Amino acid sequence: MTGLLLRRLGGLALTLLAVSALIFAVMNVLPGDAAAIMLGTSASEDTLAALRAELGLDRPLVLRYAAWIASAATGDFGRSYTYGVPVSELIGERLAVTLPLALFAVILSVLIAVPLGVGAASRRGGALDRFATVFAQMSVAMPAFWVAILLIILFSTGWGIFPAGGFPGWQAGGLAALKSLVLPSLALALPQAGVLTRVTRAAVLDVTGEDFVRTARAKGLPRRVALWRHVLPNASVPIVTVLGLQFTFLVAGAVLIENVFNLPGLGRLAYQALTQRDIVVMQAVVMLLSGLVIVVNFLVDLAQMRLDPRLRALA
Amino acid sequence: MSKPAPRRKGAWELRAGASIVAALAIVALLSLVWTPQPPSKMQILLKLKPPLAAGWLGTDQYGRDIASLLMAGAWNSLSIALLSVLIGAGIGTALGLTVAARGRGIVTAAVMRGCDVLFAVPPIRSAMMLGAFIGPGRFTAIIAIASFMVPVFTRIAFASASQIWARDYVLAARACGKGPFRISVEHVAPNIATPVIVQVTIQLGLAILTEAGLSFLGLGLPPPAPTWGRMLAEAQTFLRPAPWLAILPGLAIALAVLGFNLIGDGLRDRFDPKRARAS
Amino acid sequence: MRILAGLARGAVFSAMLAVSAALTASPSMADPRRDLVLGMGIEPTGLDPTIAAPVAIGQVTWQNVFEGLVTIGRDGKVQPQLAESWEISPDGLTYTFRLRHGVKFHDGEAFDADVAKASIERARGAQSTNPQKRFFDAIASIDAPDAATLVLHLSRPAGSLLYWLGWPSSVIVSPKTADANKTDPVGTGPFLFSRWVKGDRVELKRNPDYWDKAANIRLDTVTFRFIPDPQAQSAALVSGDVDAFPEFGAPELMSSFTENERLTTEIGNTELKVVAGMNNARKPFSDKRVREALMHALDRATIIDGAWSALGTPIGSHYTPNDRAYKDLTGIYPYDPDKAKALLKEAGYENGLSFTIKVPQMSYATRTAEIMQVMFAEVGVTLSIEPTEFPAKWVQDVFTSRDYDMTIVAHAEPMDIDIYARDPYYFNYRNPAFDAVMAKVEATTDTAGQDRLYAEAQEILARDVPALFLFVMPKLGVHDRKLHGLWKDEPIPSNVLSEVYWAE
Repeated sequence: MTGLLLRRLGGLALTLLAVSALIFAVMNVLPGDAAAIMLGTSASEDTLAALRAELGLDRPLVLRYAAWIASAATGDFGRSYTYGVPVSELIGERLAVTLPLALFAVILSVLIAVPLGVGAASRRGGALDRFATVFAQMSVAMPAFWVAILLIILFSTGWGIFPAGGFPGWQAGGLAALKSLVLPSLALALPQAGVLTRVTRAAVLDVTGEDFVRTARAKGLPRRVALWRHVLPNASVPIVTVLGLQFTFLVAGAVLIENVFNLPGLGRLAYQALTQRDIVVMQAVVMLLSGLVIVVNFLVDLAQMRLDPRLRALA
Repeated sequence: MSKPAPRRKGAWELRAGASIVAALAIVALLSLVWTPQPPSKMQILLKLKPPLAAGWLGTDQYGRDIASLLMAGAWNSLSIALLSVLIGAGIGTALGLTVAARGRGIVTAAVMRGCDVLFAVPPIRSAMMLGAFIGPGRFTAIIAIASFMVPVFTRIAFASASQIWARDYVLAARACGKGPFRISVEHVAPNIATPVIVQVTIQLGLAILTEAGLSFLGLGLPPPAPTWGRMLAEAQTFLRPAPWLAILPGLAIALAVLGFNLIGDGLRDRFDPKRARAS
Repeated sequence: MRILAGLARGAVFSAMLAVSAALTASPSMADPRRDLVLGMGIEPTGLDPTIAAPVAIGQVTWQNVFEGLVTIGRDGKVQPQLAESWEISPDGLTYTFRLRHGVKFHDGEAFDADVAKASIERARGAQSTNPQKRFFDAIASIDAPDAATLVLHLSRPAGSLLYWLGWPSSVIVSPKTADANKTDPVGTGPFLFSRWVKGDRVELKRNPDYWDKAANIRLDTVTFRFIPDPQAQSAALVSGDVDAFPEFGAPELMSSFTENERLTTEIGNTELKVVAGMNNARKPFSDKRVREALMHALDRATIIDGAWSALGTPIGSHYTPNDRAYKDLTGIYPYDPDKAKALLKEAGYENGLSFTIKVPQMSYATRTAEIMQVMFAEVGVTLSIEPTEFPAKWVQDVFTSRDYDMTIVAHAEPMDIDIYARDPYYFNYRNPAFDAVMAKVEATTDTAGQDRLYAEAQEILARDVPALFLFVMPKLGVHDRKLHGLWKDEPIPSNVLSEVYWAE
């Protein structure tokens, strides 16, 4: 097992390196020139050359890649061309929006989906089960950014109880900041809740069908106790796996929602950096998000391998 | 569970999904020959009329007929989704079959790691990059969505095909001296068709959603070709005076995704006994 | 100047009213507010206007944090600032500035002729990354004979130099702090930089040691908030989170503020000229009849109605009503589809014509292009829209490579009619007669003479249509009714706050 783990870890490192090279190559051959964008339409050629030299854009690509990897390994991701501050500082500020957003969305989707899924499974074919099925289908089908717009029409332009967008910052007080995250996290959570409801329902049904639960029930264990003591702990494995995948998806996929609600999150930073060709920032953000997805996938794979010995043979 | 099923599994889902998709497909095809108004016809004097005040579903900020735009949008959304999923499924399945035939080794490992890399870049981001190179458009959207689909199908094809390769009849065929290519085509491919087809319908729903997201960000078809996603994006500043501009295209997207998801679920329930037990 | 004096008197008068009202009012009545939250659609990239072009930088810092030798007023005219007066030699080759005494930078450093010299040398030197380095091209050498005198020696007359010295990119910076200005700007202006929360806001506070004791600065803190989405801008205004949006983002939402009792709207002119540039070196645009026909095919009023909710001023040349010696030339090629068809036929395109427009992905450009597409179709011209990422891809394709048929973009720089004489420039337009007029402007130092030349230049472009002149973007101001002193028009992109105050 240790040998296998080491081999997988080596694979992970290689994958990350390949991704970093790919990201660097793509970013640096993108059409458009940061210097030309910063200096506008009246700049002369010698001014552009002076700025390119200042930004280090005149050095060969391979050298720049090596320098990037070397300093990234020490936690230094360079300095933003446009903002003029260290990239890590920028990313930190944006994570303070995106991470809570993704976290609230996950919590909300758990709060909606788990009770609904468990309830649906405990009375199959009942009214709640039917509602859960319809809810799951509907929420998965609705685009999150459309849900966002509907929420704005309903709660913001209509009712006026939540802001339509923007983020006052945590320093403006926790309540105002939380309030501005309610609608965005709800918009993100709903489609995820649909998926999670189905997973929960299926997992609970699976476990309920297992022999040990049936035995426990036959011995006279009340339904509720059986659910809490035996079913939920065992059904939680697939639920947690899906949650992990959803969290990475939410962190990486929040760009549309951040756009609709005008939140200064990581997705927005990436978008902004792309339009300004602030390559240093883009590289770091895309690497961070891609790395997150790869590492979480890796962990999920490992967990599944532990659970299912058949997969071990395949690897 | 052990209770005998009274009817075929997934029947109602299949029927409902198929009806929705068929209806949308008819509307999309119809839009090629007829729409109530030409979709790009502007009548600025008639701008922002609510449903029924001008046309069936009202007009947008240029006075264009929304019903016509939605119809033409159906064609654009469905055709892009279908093409990108078919491309992704084609390449992915072929790749999965090939590496499954080769068995364990450096090539297989490289392909699977490549899948991880591709999968790590969400389609919105790859469309942004691609859009920066060749400009947004039909091609960009299709490639961006397809590149996200490839690893999904590679993994499914690889996993299913690997199981088939371990079966006795494949071993027998091998013993008869059949090459890996022949075995893949004659024995493996037919046996992995079901999971691949089920996955195609499920991914179609996802592709519709992704295409809408790309168009929403201005990375889809260029104007004046109507797309549901761009209609939504343009409606954003008109939420107060004209909320129907945002509600209608969203409904269209949700309906299309629902249709494909229902078909996917129905097919999966029918063909996958393990899943069927749980539903 | 007269307008300005009147305005200033009005401001003083109403301020006195406010003061007397405050004096006579019961003690329970609150003093006027002394803080301001001002919204902007675009966040600046850095806070040093002398090293990067985006107008948002100047809109935060110009006249608030940084000041120039001269400045540009509400009416677009040059006024003294750090230089209290100047003399121009009769041959136009020597500019002698008399500098103000007692001016200090925010870090306590004194301003004098050596600082001014170093500041201009930095902008024109070999290492300079000043976006408008060309402004200083005519300067041959700079002298600082004493602390209060600065002399610029020119190699050729530069009629626009004084005006250019008023721009954000020409502000005076201290050589000690210049390198850090991008993140921590230090100037001589009435406000000090205090904080920048990236992606959200920049905060300034009043400079207690401001040199201009005559100026009555009535704001203690100013917060610039950056809100790109118009829907969110509107929500922030309605909720009172933001007191003013001098350039609101969506014209279609302006009417929603009329019912609001607390807010008022004010529509002025910007310098943003929306112009559909053509590649004049390429067929069919090299044929003047085609360019004329395309201009005749467009109904500017309908374009403004459809694209910008009927807010905006049609233009017939590359010039705005803000600019000196403006002439309305929209009548030269009015909307006339029949004439357009006839001209196209004459040019040999009676069977139609098709080309591509590269459109930046911004709402004004996309909407205008979509309407143009329909209008062109009526005269047999097929226009394909190619969305082009802005600024990166647009700069690369259109501006640098000049690989395009037609494009559309809002030109933001004030008084930039000379771009049609620049070579290379993306229009690929060459007209020696026009170049000669522009050269004469630079060789002329008297205002009346320059005005006559600018009128002539406008007319040449209006007749030659190297680009389709469409409209000037309106300045959509929305602010609290009690807030006064913001600029109505914008002869230069800015948010000057030195005269802004709250009334009771």
